[in-house]
Amino acid sequence: MLTKRIIPCLDIKDGRTVKGVNFIDLRDAGDPVELAEIYAKSGADELVFLDISATEEKRKTLADLVRRVAEKVNIPFTVGGGISSIEDVDILLKNGADKVSINSSAFKKPNLINELAAKFGSQCITVAIDAKQVNGEWLVHLVGGKVPTDVNLFQWAKEVEERGAGEILFTSMNNDGTKEGFANKALAVLSSDLNIPIIASGGAGTMQHFTDAFIKGKADAALAASVFHFKEIEIKDLKEELRRNGVEVRL
Amino acid sequence: MKIVIIDYGAGNIQSIKFAIERLGYEAILSSDPAEIKTADKVIFPGVGEASSAMKMLKSTGLDKLIPTLEQPVLGICLGMQLMCTYCEEGDTDGLGIFHANVVKFDNKLKVPQIGWNKIYDLKSPLFSGISEGEFVYLVHSFYVKECSETISSTEYGVEYTSAIQKDNFYGVQFHPEKSSEAGEKILGNFLKLEVRN
Repeated sequence: MLTKRIIPCLDIKDGRTVKGVNFIDLRDAGDPVELAEIYAKSGADELVFLDISATEEKRKTLADLVRRVAEKVNIPFTVGGGISSIEDVDILLKNGADKVSINSSAFKKPNLINELAAKFGSQCITVAIDAKQVNGEWLVHLVGGKVPTDVNLFQWAKEVEERGAGEILFTSMNNDGTKEGFANKALAVLSSDLNIPIIASGGAGTMQHFTDAFIKGKADAALAASVFHFKEIEIKDLKEELRRNGVEVRL
Repeated sequence: MKIVIIDYGAGNIQSIKFAIERLGYEAILSSDPAEIKTADKVIFPGVGEASSAMKMLKSTGLDKLIPTLEQPVLGICLGMQLMCTYCEEGDTDGLGIFHANVVKFDNKLKVPQIGWNKIYDLKSPLFSGISEGEFVYLVHSFYVKECSETISSTEYGVEYTSAIQKDNFYGVQFHPEKSSEAGEKILGNFLKLEVRN
């Protein structure tokens, strides 16, 4: 049986990890490669690197980082942040990324999803969607959640699937940073409406929250950052707890 | 030992090269028939769509070369699928090495299957030291049906072939280069297979 995935997310700026990392056994807390190796050894199923830098050197720095991660890490990883063209994706995949995550660029030019899926295959195209519930309706937001749109989350998600995305990374902005749990109702709707895997993001605070995302939210994978970086939750403990709760995981 | 990864423009082959290096070997990427023929071990990777990958193989003549190889050959993911008789994806014939067809997962399932799943009924030196029910990483929408050449099975809505072998030809649906320690062990087992004389 296919197991549910646990995915730590690392924020990257100019090739270094930024914010929220507190691994006392690390020689250098800013080195994404070292951090990635530790996560791979501790039972993470995949990793996501989210590039938040905005320099001109960005593409080269990121490709370099991807190559260094691919050299050392024996689990799959996804790279996201500012990817907007076939050339961007090509260079990341050639350097060893398994998947790329696109967000605002897909929304602005939806045909990019079709082009990328046709060229590289659906399996390596993740579309990230940030959404916020406003007056009862889930609306897509862009630029890291800063810019609201009037597009409905579920409609956009369906379109993303039809255009050939291989999976969806859904971040609830209402939940993100609260540590009060994932947006399970919206997740369950997405997971039932769509035939591609859904990654839950935003709101992880306790191990119970992960159980809820998988059982109530029907998510296929759950992504979190700070609870892992600050060792509030150890991945091995989390997976044992999930298994006790009847959630199939790789242990 | 000379290890050649067939480079025909299909997908992420850097990760396989790095995984081989982590095991202490060197691998070269090549599409040159002379290089491939003289290798001790050949890895045939593949990511993407079956019919366009077959077109790339045909345009370089690799479709004729691969079935004639006599050293151990390992097809990974789409590489394994292309070594079968027929692929439903893009309605294309494969290389015809394995006597199985490749078909799409049921629409009721989430497709692609992405993530970690178990391999069982292990029947090959490829799995030496690997436990029944070990987890491996898979990403695919099409699968190889079970057949007499199946050497490991996996369940995703249906029981299907996650590894296959005929003579010196091996295929794995999962990505050994991304399957943590278990994957490295399987890749290492392949590299340690004895070369036939």
